[in-house]
Amino acid sequence: MFPVWCNKLTLKQQTAGPKGAYSSQKKKEGVSAVLLRCVSLCFMLASCIHVSPCSDGDWDFNWCDVGWLRENFDHSYMEEHVRICHFRNHYELTRKNLMVKNLKRYRKTLEREAGRLEASKCDFFPCTFVLPSEYHIFVEEFKRSPGSTWIMKPVARSQGKGIFLFRKLKDIIDWKKDGSRSEEQKEEAQVESYVAQRYIENPYLIAGRKFDLRVYVLVTSYIPLKAWLYRDGFARFSNTRFSLSSIDDQYVHLTNVAVQKTSPDYDPEKGCKWQMQQLRQYLTAKHGFETVQTLFKEIDNIFIRSLLSVQKTIINDKHCFELYGYDILLDQDLKPWLIEVNASPSLTASSQEDYELKYRLLEDTLHIVDMEGRLTGKEKRVGGFDLMWNDGPVYTDVGLETLGSSCLVANTHLGCVNDRQKQLQQLLKPFPGQKRT
Amino acid sequence: MMDESVSITQIVQRLKGTNLHSQLEKQAKECLHKPEIKLETLKDDVRRLLKASGWERKLQNAVYRELHILPPPGHPRAPPEHTKEPLAYMRKTQVNWEKRILKSLNSMCTELGIPLARKRPVAEQKELTNKWNEMGTDEPDLSKFRPVYAPKDFIEVLVGLKNPNNERSEDLTVRSHWGLIQVSLNVRDILQMVSLPFFISLPSIFLMSRHKELVSEQDSAAAQQYSRQGCPTGLRAQLWSLILNTTNDPEDITHYEQLKARVIHHDLLVDNLIYKDVKLTASNDDYYFVFEDYLYQVLLCFSRDTAVLEHFNYNCATPPKSCIQSKSGSEQCAVVYPPNGVIPFHGFSMYVAPLCFLYNEPSKLYSVFREMYIRYFFRLHSISSHPSGIVSLCLQFERLLQTHLPQLFYHLREIGAQPLRIAFKWIVRAFSGYLSTDQLLLLWDRILGYDSLEIVAVLATAVFVFRAENLMEVTSLASAEAVLADLSTLKVMPLLQIFLFATSV
Repeated sequence: MFPVWCNKLTLKQQTAGPKGAYSSQKKKEGVSAVLLRCVSLCFMLASCIHVSPCSDGDWDFNWCDVGWLRENFDHSYMEEHVRICHFRNHYELTRKNLMVKNLKRYRKTLEREAGRLEASKCDFFPCTFVLPSEYHIFVEEFKRSPGSTWIMKPVARSQGKGIFLFRKLKDIIDWKKDGSRSEEQKEEAQVESYVAQRYIENPYLIAGRKFDLRVYVLVTSYIPLKAWLYRDGFARFSNTRFSLSSIDDQYVHLTNVAVQKTSPDYDPEKGCKWQMQQLRQYLTAKHGFETVQTLFKEIDNIFIRSLLSVQKTIINDKHCFELYGYDILLDQDLKPWLIEVNASPSLTASSQEDYELKYRLLEDTLHIVDMEGRLTGKEKRVGGFDLMWNDGPVYTDVGLETLGSSCLVANTHLGCVNDRQKQLQQLLKPFPGQKRT
Repeated sequence: MMDESVSITQIVQRLKGTNLHSQLEKQAKECLHKPEIKLETLKDDVRRLLKASGWERKLQNAVYRELHILPPPGHPRAPPEHTKEPLAYMRKTQVNWEKRILKSLNSMCTELGIPLARKRPVAEQKELTNKWNEMGTDEPDLSKFRPVYAPKDFIEVLVGLKNPNNERSEDLTVRSHWGLIQVSLNVRDILQMVSLPFFISLPSIFLMSRHKELVSEQDSAAAQQYSRQGCPTGLRAQLWSLILNTTNDPEDITHYEQLKARVIHHDLLVDNLIYKDVKLTASNDDYYFVFEDYLYQVLLCFSRDTAVLEHFNYNCATPPKSCIQSKSGSEQCAVVYPPNGVIPFHGFSMYVAPLCFLYNEPSKLYSVFREMYIRYFFRLHSISSHPSGIVSLCLQFERLLQTHLPQLFYHLREIGAQPLRIAFKWIVRAFSGYLSTDQLLLLWDRILGYDSLEIVAVLATAVFVFRAENLMEVTSLASAEAVLADLSTLKVMPLLQIFLFATSV
């Protein structure tokens, strides 16, 4: 779980303690002295002197992995100031089958309450079925659109493992034979459910290559929903040119860096990533400012609605926050599609630039979690994070009079300039004794 | 007065027989059928109608374009080489340099036993046609090829340039020039640069409606003026195309297709140089690697485009000629090789790469690149006294730096880190591959807007000024290089503003 690129990280050997748990002195007064170091250096460098490993339960801030969470969360008592980086049942959003279930249910509710038009705003995920439970309706849909390509993804795996494409039912008939497992078995590590999803056959290509977007969203509370959007992010390119003729070549279709790294073409020096700013510039140059503005609004919509769909299901807990990695795909009509949401987005860096992005991302996450209580809670921007939703849409303060007062501009700036240093300097001017509201 | 009428005659001559000419004639004839036309006022009426339908504007743009590429005025009796480059010693150096390059190319050809040009067998032609859109997947064995020359070879030639009439004393004084360029050319200093309106205003949304007008008016000259402020990302592609007067008419597409056909039929030795260059430079760049295929599609066609030879009317270089054995084997005739007269060097593909951000139709991308090359880029690798030529730019850079930061210049000189040795590679490529793409495009906006490459020299100086503090601390060329290795975070316009305005007082 540690950012792998930092070779200074020689966190003293854990005893049976949880991974990545940092203690501080128990006393509140002592906290700022120790935690400040932890936060400003970020925990990659926290291997140095002032932080000591701790035994079970004796921590203020825990950056844990989901395995630890599953085993220990329910048995941990957390004091008020303590923070942990996952929600108890985050998998409602991040497991592919549960996400689909929640989205479908949310869409239905929306349709009932607000009508078709409003519900259509949820049409950002491709037609998906959970297998084996929805196998029969899947087959019906499959037969209705012959010749189309589908993608099968294991529910709980990541980094592109276990994914395959298919066009014929017989490709998965064998799979079905093993598929009649009971619901209880789903929790076991060996047994996997799959989702079958309509494959997007007309992705937006740049110079003949397919790419997807990784965007970071930080949620600090579900009830009320408070979500932040990070300005930086990146586009991950497939190393080879896109063509539908070779669905066996998983290197073409899967843009995860982890899979790309094993492609024979892969040149680690090459860098299959573009910064979000670069992508936004490119698209603006190609399609004009307004089109791209609309596209990014639609992307915001994906984040907000996906979070709203699980708002009532996720167990809210003031100790919890979560940094999600959203994977978005664009099609040729510049429509964004939600591919999946990751609760533990990869923090390993593929290049110096990537390292810097992730470092900044983590640093700003810690600023928002604000263990030292330096923020007022009224901020709309902290470093590279913009407040996207605060129990309702958030608008920028800058009014554009020329466009008329009726025009409210959303407070999101994905792919825009990230002058976080300057902003942080102004924001975090020392105010001793300031309490958080 | 005589110059003007000579120019007008030249332009008229050039435009006669072009497609635009025949289209205008056709349009004028069609006007005759219109009811508004009266015999008494025929000429004025036709003109009025042509103006209203936008044809006059097209003609204006074409004339405007011709003005950009007009050969320099000269004495009617002077031979063309003298008109293109009045200084004899420069001409001589250029000729010698060309001989060296050609020799290098020919010897590579002999060593490797590869012909300069060869007709492809039908099977190979077919294969190439199928793979046209993904030539980047090809992995030819390029290990035997080496670039014909690199900027580091070229800089030595420039450093060696000497005016034989100029007696240079060895003493290093405050008045002498401390840099590497040893010739005296008239280059603009900072006050002169500032008096040109180099003020930089940020485009605001209030001007958005103006942008749209510009595009709908289709006025080259207005677009060029506008570009001095920088083009908005969403409109840059159209504005540049307007400034360069490149169209995507059927004729342009046909021309491109013809070039493509030439690529398919014949393989040239220089193609391998192009492949190698792309693989070494653009493919290794984080932002340009996706455009690899486009680069081949443009550069391979570029090599075969004889229309490019026209720029030798004002380029002091001469197109290289090689001897090709005639069919009978008995005669050898000299033909221009490569067909466009331009031998690519290490880094050449970086002139094209940034344009891929703006244009993705190969024929459009091609037209824009070609026009940029024949207006600006060629000056970066031919030896001349032109104010936008590489010699003047290097001299301007050194003079600006010496004038404004003499302490830094002196220090760098003492530690064996002549500033030009570091800045040269930026200047030769007009910063492509060194700045981040959005910043580079803002810089190239100004090259187009001011019709000059001087801003490249000014930016090079501004970069040194910006990092002066760190540079004062270094003690070797290697550490100076390290301080200036990464320019990707620099913002061009603020840097230029600080340099031009803070230091000009």
